[in-house]
Amino acid sequence: MKQVASFADRVLPWLTCGLMIIALAFVFLYVPNERIQGPAQRIFYFHLPAAWNTFLGFFIVAGASAAFLWQGDRFSDLLAQAAAEVGMVFCTLVIITGSIWARPIWGVWWTWDPRLTMVVILWMIYAAYILLRVLAGDNELIARYAAVLGIVGVLDIPLLYIAVKLWRGIHPKVERMAPEMIWTLLVCSAAFLCLFVWLIWLRLRSLTLRDEVSALRRQVVAVS
Amino acid sequence: MPYLFAAFCAVWLVLFLYILSLSRRHRELAREVEALRKMVGRGNP
Repeated sequence: MKQVASFADRVLPWLTCGLMIIALAFVFLYVPNERIQGPAQRIFYFHLPAAWNTFLGFFIVAGASAAFLWQGDRFSDLLAQAAAEVGMVFCTLVIITGSIWARPIWGVWWTWDPRLTMVVILWMIYAAYILLRVLAGDNELIARYAAVLGIVGVLDIPLLYIAVKLWRGIHPKVERMAPEMIWTLLVCSAAFLCLFVWLIWLRLRSLTLRDEVSALRRQVVAVS
Repeated sequence: MPYLFAAFCAVWLVLFLYILSLSRRHRELAREVEALRKMVGRGNP
């Protein structure tokens, strides 16, 4: 475990920074402008990987919460908390970048399109999850309620995908891309995935330390 | 182009603030662990 920790501490920040610099070079120097949308389309290269990380984060919350409910495993619970928080950061980035893209393309900062509405609902579900965890402290019962919310909340993701077909939204669908665009998207996705893993690692480390604080506090009370 | 820069600035700002908050929380916890360990050590001579 110590070897993994030392590898993550030494390699992940540098790998993330390196990949991010390459991703920025691809977005600003390599990929051509899209014919209709112009430079604003380049926002998509950060918007889409952020959306994938959001879904990945919330799927991890659901999986880890299920493992926690099933086995009562402390690590699963910590992983769920870390993934929820990091997923929320990426979900916020999706909403912000989407809104900035919408202004020049749709002429508005925001519209209640089905997919956009589902993203806001997803954001609110996991905001409630995090709030519940913060307010619960060490309460095991509330942790279990939060785990159920973490599992149920993930059902919003498939709905988000079929929302465009079901309710005919205006959110664009990616159909065909030039090879340069595919390469840029792949590099940005790799950079964002690395960032995601690094942030989860940092948050997990903090949560483990918080557990240590709780254990030491109990020890102090016992000693005194 | 200004929208593109605004979007990228927003991304970096959000990420920077989050990493800053993570590091601040971690530092506070590490300090607390250190203090508690000293207290436990003093209680068990």
